[in-house]
Amino acid sequence: MSDNIRKIEGITKESTEALIAKTLSVYPEKARKKRAPHLAANDQGSGSACVKSNKKTVPGVMSARGCAYAGAKGVVWGPIRDMVHVSHGPVGCGWYSWGTRRNMMSGITGVTNFAMQFTSDFQEKDIVYGGDKKLKTLLQEAHELFPLAKGISVLSECPVGLIGDDINSVAKASAKELDIPVVPCSCEGFRGVSQSLGHHISNDTIRDYIIGTREFAEPESPYDISLIGEYNIGGDAWSTKPLLEECGFNVKSVWTGDGELEKIAATHTVKLNVIHCYRSMNYMCKVMEEKYGIPWIELNFFGPTKIRESLRKLAELFDDNIKAKVEAVIAKYDPIMQAIVEEYKPRLDGKKVMLLVGGLRPRHTIGAYEDLGMDCVGSGYEFAHNDDYDRTAPEMPDATVVYDDPSEYEFEKFADALKPDLIGSGIKEKYVFQKMGIPFRQMHSWDYSGPYHGYKGFEVFARDVDMAINSPTWKLVKAPF
Amino acid sequence: MRQIAIYGKGGIGKSTTTQNTVAGLASLGKKVMIVGCDPKADSTRLILHAKAQNTVMDLVRELGTVEDLELQDVMKIGYGDIKCVESGGPEPGVGCAGRGVITAINFLEENGAYTPDLDFVFYDVLGDVVCGGFAMPIREGKAEEIYIVTSGEMMAMYAANNISKGILKYATSGKVRLAGLICNARKTDMEFELISELARRLGTQMIHFVPRDNQVQRAELRRMTVIEYSPEHPQAKEYLTLAQKIADNKMLVIPTPLEMEELEELLMKFGIMEEEDEAIVGIAEAA
Repeated sequence: MSDNIRKIEGITKESTEALIAKTLSVYPEKARKKRAPHLAANDQGSGSACVKSNKKTVPGVMSARGCAYAGAKGVVWGPIRDMVHVSHGPVGCGWYSWGTRRNMMSGITGVTNFAMQFTSDFQEKDIVYGGDKKLKTLLQEAHELFPLAKGISVLSECPVGLIGDDINSVAKASAKELDIPVVPCSCEGFRGVSQSLGHHISNDTIRDYIIGTREFAEPESPYDISLIGEYNIGGDAWSTKPLLEECGFNVKSVWTGDGELEKIAATHTVKLNVIHCYRSMNYMCKVMEEKYGIPWIELNFFGPTKIRESLRKLAELFDDNIKAKVEAVIAKYDPIMQAIVEEYKPRLDGKKVMLLVGGLRPRHTIGAYEDLGMDCVGSGYEFAHNDDYDRTAPEMPDATVVYDDPSEYEFEKFADALKPDLIGSGIKEKYVFQKMGIPFRQMHSWDYSGPYHGYKGFEVFARDVDMAINSPTWKLVKAPF
Repeated sequence: MRQIAIYGKGGIGKSTTTQNTVAGLASLGKKVMIVGCDPKADSTRLILHAKAQNTVMDLVRELGTVEDLELQDVMKIGYGDIKCVESGGPEPGVGCAGRGVITAINFLEENGAYTPDLDFVFYDVLGDVVCGGFAMPIREGKAEEIYIVTSGEMMAMYAANNISKGILKYATSGKVRLAGLICNARKTDMEFELISELARRLGTQMIHFVPRDNQVQRAELRRMTVIEYSPEHPQAKEYLTLAQKIADNKMLVIPTPLEMEELEELLMKFGIMEEEDEAIVGIAEAA
């Protein structure tokens, strides 16, 4: 590893530690003690996490985190397009999670996709008398209105758990009556420390209710794979799936971007699971490995360098036929990518970026910025676990600051000191930094753009990053620092 | 207006005692409202001669939202012009009965049920304060006076002590006070002495010892209080006496709940529990 250590000019372990100490110094002692282990200078050579993670947010600081329900509705279940997803509880959770993640769907609404907002819209009476009967009616009505929906997920909001409604028995009875899968998912928002537990709970319900319940119609082939943890944000899957197909693979199912229930249910027959978002779906890869003996591999489709590495890593697991096709694909796209780099790199070279995203992109996108000549000078996650930070260490330049579940204050102070040319984070952070005069891209939703995955995505990514950083607007704004 | 909450172990006779006492207050010329805070909704039947009153939550369920509800739909007038409201709620095992109490009381407040002409509001609350909803009647600005109905039975006394612990918690942050124990006699050994002593240890009084009398049941069969059914009967006089004592009561205290050992020692002292002998613990009679 040691020959791969990357240094950023002006950033040393000492300078980063001093910055962290200064930032923490304003906190009361208790908060300082709690936050200190979550902030550290990266040790690139170590290959292991330098911060503590997956702990309860410290009260009194603003966190960018979501809840377990958000993890279930927004991330894992929501993107499956041919199912009805019911937000079970008061109306707001369902409403504000409707379509906001930009997981795109193909098909015809109401026929082959159901990207609508279904909610049981709890009122006082439903809290007091319980919502089971209402849920049963809702499931019945949803099935009558949308008979082509292949299944229904019931995603519990907080009050359902508080009053102890038995959604499992309702789901069981309705599944039998309606003759479609009805999946109860107890993903109440108060469970766990972040949306991460919602991913896990949702993975468990896929394990318990879906996987292994269908078979593919067509015969198996040695090149059957599935793409796990690809949510089709801004059309990502429509870039990665064709790419893998060009390499000779049969992508039998995508979890769960533009997902189809019956294909997901038959995934247990594939030869390999390719996982992109490790944080949200490693659980199911491990289940399929244990139960069906399906190996899995983590790949990265951001930027030509990582794509090239990933495709070769993937080809290694297959025969010469695949290896030849992969090399042909790389040879085909390399000059196209080179042209993109040549166009944008002169304007982006040496620019600095800071990231704060969910559980994958703070490490996975670093290579794409580096392809454009940019340096990542700070990165952190909302809800990553220790194994994510292990995977982050080698990706980040040495001694740069790593922050876990940072408060807005910490993030602002780091940006103030490091003076990045771009910040990639979410909607809650966007206007804070734009007001500081720092170019910003929303890296959860690709800021109304995308795709960013695959070769197709890199072109869009490069254009967007250039547009953000080199927009003439910023010359008209005087930064207060 | 004095707001009073009645707590006690389930089945101890809270609703019967409350209604008879309230009937007594009414016959003394007082204006009273009863708010039943129990999903069973049996806090007003003796006053209204009704099987079950339409509850706030039943009507909310029927109408869809609490906003569509009118006060006159849920408030009935019974014996002695007593105003009666039942919060209502789900059958056991579903939903959230506590939230029903909160919804109902909020509704009454917002819709002006607490009129200045009232002398007393009585909250008849479900046996155990299992969650915040059942503590609603003793939150800030509501009942400041609590009576615990108990008997000489061990579990009733445990419950009384536990309720005192709850009151202590609210008393330290607000104005709620323990006003006395009402002994609803079960004819257990030394019941009068035992409850008097428990009251003393809790720092309060046994405000009245209501003797057991089947006249209460005879009246209940007709869905009436004894006060209304047989005003000259000695049992009616007992409830009238209790009503007068409550009307005159000035002894409002922050309770001093007992430790478990202390309570058991009390029971031993009055012969309800054997002297502590670890050798007998867990051994059946036949063994």
